[in-house]
Amino acid sequence: MKMPEKNTEHTVKAFDTDISEMRGLIAEIGGRAEKSIALAMKALAEHDLDLARQVVRDDKQIDALEQKIDRMVIQTIALRAPMADDLRELVATLKISGVVERIGDYAKNISKRVAVIDPNLHIGPASLLPAMAQAAAQLVDDALTAYATRDADLAEQVVERDRIVDDFYNTIFRSLVTHMVDNPKHIGAGAHFLFIAKNLERIGDHATNVAEMVYFAATGETIAEREQGNNPTDPLYTPH
Amino acid sequence: MNETATAPKMTTRNVDVFYGDKKAIDDISIDIDMENVTAFIGPSGCGKSTFLRTMNRMNDTIPSARVTGEITLDGENIYAPSMDVVQLRARVGMVFQKPNPFPKSIYDNIAYGPRIHGLATGKTELDQIVEKSLQRAGLWNEVKDRLQESGTALSGGQQQRLCIARAIAVDPEVILMDEPCSALDPIATAKIEELIHELRGKYAIVIVTHNMQQAARVSQKTAFFHLGNMVEYGDTSEMFTNPKEDRTRDYITGRYG
Repeated sequence: MKMPEKNTEHTVKAFDTDISEMRGLIAEIGGRAEKSIALAMKALAEHDLDLARQVVRDDKQIDALEQKIDRMVIQTIALRAPMADDLRELVATLKISGVVERIGDYAKNISKRVAVIDPNLHIGPASLLPAMAQAAAQLVDDALTAYATRDADLAEQVVERDRIVDDFYNTIFRSLVTHMVDNPKHIGAGAHFLFIAKNLERIGDHATNVAEMVYFAATGETIAEREQGNNPTDPLYTPH
Repeated sequence: MNETATAPKMTTRNVDVFYGDKKAIDDISIDIDMENVTAFIGPSGCGKSTFLRTMNRMNDTIPSARVTGEITLDGENIYAPSMDVVQLRARVGMVFQKPNPFPKSIYDNIAYGPRIHGLATGKTELDQIVEKSLQRAGLWNEVKDRLQESGTALSGGQQQRLCIARAIAVDPEVILMDEPCSALDPIATAKIEELIHELRGKYAIVIVTHNMQQAARVSQKTAFFHLGNMVEYGDTSEMFTNPKEDRTRDYITGRYG
């Protein structure tokens, strides 16, 4: 259900300029967040401390972009009094910038753990993390594509596919716990890997938040509340 | 009794308006109720004022204007031959774009209607009507010490509230407002909007406005007019966040034309 292309520009052209500038900024902050996820996982895989520090440094630019977007949205709401799909898009933009900034924080958090994980330990379940990171980053990428193209269908798919990331998390959680029980000396590193898995799972959730806002902006409706994946921290969790 | 409480105050069914051969309004059916303020929005020339004026037969004063279809007040056809137009306009009051107080005292501006309609039996009762009307219009405290001064000496915003008080004085059931704030500054506008909010429920209120923010602020129902058609009608909150029709969206987001 792709929204029909808007057939007319705003009579006040400067409004269109503002909106495209904000879309550009969202593309930029999103691109930086995706890059941070990839670099953080590379730093982890290669135990590259310089790269890890770079991700931490880069996060400041993501924070600055978030503030810039927020200021611009507030200014536009104040000056242009947007209505209907314009209003929905601006509210979505405001929320998306906050959510993407959080995605950057999770990448930063992963980077910070690189230095404290002994690269010589062999912890089998951690080998699933790159695939999980890839799945989470793909969700972020698709959610941002959905934003750029106002594609409600793609947004819905992202929400649906977050289950893949949740399933990764549950698998990694269980196998890491088992591994730690068998190898008590690995508990320190194992705990860090657990947090990394949790960070990636949260990145998937945030991609879902972005997709939900995209869906709202495009259609004016909220996306149907989806069923949650089977999560061991859920009180209603049932072991497989 | 319950029936009249839930039935719409006014209804229009398949209303067309012609100026000579030209059709200005095409097939409009809408209900106006007591609980909600209804706003008519749309670009200039869309027919919203023309349509508003059919609701108390103000178009009768334009020789070339012709109205077809049915408009009722409490179920009674207001275009029926038996309808007393003077009485109708007391029941369906009107406030115009430019405040138009009579060149008389503040007191007489309010007292004029009740006098000609014989609503007061003596001076005391008339005084009460004047005070109550000015109270309801939020003007009493500002003018109570100078009721004998000319109505035209008041500020624009006060004059507009005087006109609303004048409409209220004859105990109407419906108040039609045609761009009531377009000649007023923001503070005077806010006072009128607050007044509309207070009058809601006591009278069925219809307001025509070019100011979409104003429609969003004061109304619960909004109708969007375009080229003589009513394109969309619905809850104001829905209309301004998620309009159903592309033409509505293009207009309220400033893409019209």
